[in-house]
Amino acid sequence: MGEKLLMKGNEVIAEAAIRAGCRHYFGYPITPQTEVAHYMAKRMPKIGGVFLQAESEVAAINMVYGAACTGVRVMTSSSSPGISLKQEGISYIAGAELPAVIVNIMRAGPGLGGILPAQGDYFQAVKGGGHGDFKMLVLAPCSVQELYELTVEAFNLADKYRIGTMILGDGTLGQMMEAVEFKDEENIVHYEKNWATNGTNMERDHNIITSIDTNPEILESWNLRLQDKYKQITENEVRVEEYNCDGADLIVAAYGSVARIVKNVIKMAQKEGIKVGLIRPITLWPFPVNSFEKYAEVTKAFLTVEMSAGQMVEDVRLAVNGKAPVSFYGRTGGIIPTQQEILDKIKSILNR
Amino acid sequence: MMHQEIIIAGFGGQGILSAGRLLAYAGMLEKKNVSWLPSYGPEIRGGTANCHVIISEDTIGSPILNSATTLIVMNKPSLEKFENLVVSGGIIISDSSLIDKKSERKDITTYEIPATKMASDMGNTTYANIILLGKLIAKTGVISVESFEQGLKKVLPQKYHHMIPEEIKALEMGMNY
Repeated sequence: MGEKLLMKGNEVIAEAAIRAGCRHYFGYPITPQTEVAHYMAKRMPKIGGVFLQAESEVAAINMVYGAACTGVRVMTSSSSPGISLKQEGISYIAGAELPAVIVNIMRAGPGLGGILPAQGDYFQAVKGGGHGDFKMLVLAPCSVQELYELTVEAFNLADKYRIGTMILGDGTLGQMMEAVEFKDEENIVHYEKNWATNGTNMERDHNIITSIDTNPEILESWNLRLQDKYKQITENEVRVEEYNCDGADLIVAAYGSVARIVKNVIKMAQKEGIKVGLIRPITLWPFPVNSFEKYAEVTKAFLTVEMSAGQMVEDVRLAVNGKAPVSFYGRTGGIIPTQQEILDKIKSILNR
Repeated sequence: MMHQEIIIAGFGGQGILSAGRLLAYAGMLEKKNVSWLPSYGPEIRGGTANCHVIISEDTIGSPILNSATTLIVMNKPSLEKFENLVVSGGIIISDSSLIDKKSERKDITTYEIPATKMASDMGNTTYANIILLGKLIAKTGVISVESFEQGLKKVLPQKYHHMIPEEIKALEMGMNY
């Protein structure tokens, strides 16, 4: 490990991508993630990479599609309204089974909304915001150090499964500075990309990458293959942090920066003799169903806290499957729930 | 266990965000846990800026502050907006050359320092934020002067390193005021 540096979350995403071997970045500025593009614009030309500010988000995601076809590591980043614009391309990337990393530093919506932090794009990220039956692998870091580690990992996972992989953060995480410690050498896993359209050298047949097939039988078998892949990912790639859960009176489910607020709440609750646990999904898809199933047997109640009107809570309810009551507390519009609000909600659920 | 929650607020251009960043950097060099969260909302373009800095020997949960152990303010709207977030027994450090109002709170300690005037007398008003940080350091011991100097060397580009002795002088003026 090297020395500790104090860096902004957005800058760390860009640095991590470069360390992971990404030399192609296409984007379009939007608050609160523009520092990703700033950093790329500064660094990429110095290391023989490509930084390109596209004419729009739609153009940027299609450039990602094109670069991914050639087998290079490629990334784009944006914030909520920009990610909506990219959805067509994201669906095409899924259909063509291309590895690509897409970063969404969420802001408040709907519409143009506001520029303050929110988590209202959960459904869009994990349920497939574009058309068709597809999934993205969705990683939800909660610290600047984790932004680094998960961004590097996102490139490995994208290549491993030939899948669009999303880093889902919010404005707080993108804008804050924290200490980050980069490794001397990254764990870059090299996967053979014999499917890439990177020139035949007259030595092999042409590779064809497309997401269209008008023969329903073939298209269905294609879909079934995708579903097989998603099943494999569900079995192998779930990541979760279980914190203070054993013997907890109530378990909170929260991800990203909200999970950090909840960790403070856990300390406050402890002082009042209430034991609160936290299940923090690190992969939002695949969702850590097993953690919820396990604790649903022994915990009195669950509370999901989000900066949304209630989205992840639906997955928590599916996982808990009626074995314990699941409540929800959320704020929207760019308002961040306070520790006191969350503690009050916990106490009202437990009648304390 | 040392745990300081600091809000720094004022106008854009007064070095609010960079003061917080210097503090956080120095804290990190002392192997403490640190976080720095800037306001990046539309208000920053309208004139006001603030940042939340946590420096702690404990792990840091949320970087978002709903209360502060110390508030440093460089304009009146910021004093009015944030004074009630200061915990009982906490500290407000204000630039009295820009703020004519005193905090009404009786359960906290207030230090009024004409920082912008003092910095102007030094020949550079941009040192005002550093003078106020000096008071913070003197009253809380949150970081040492040595770490602050080390942090300056890390944060400032080489071409500004000749200003470091003056910055340290400003810091010490604030400490001794």
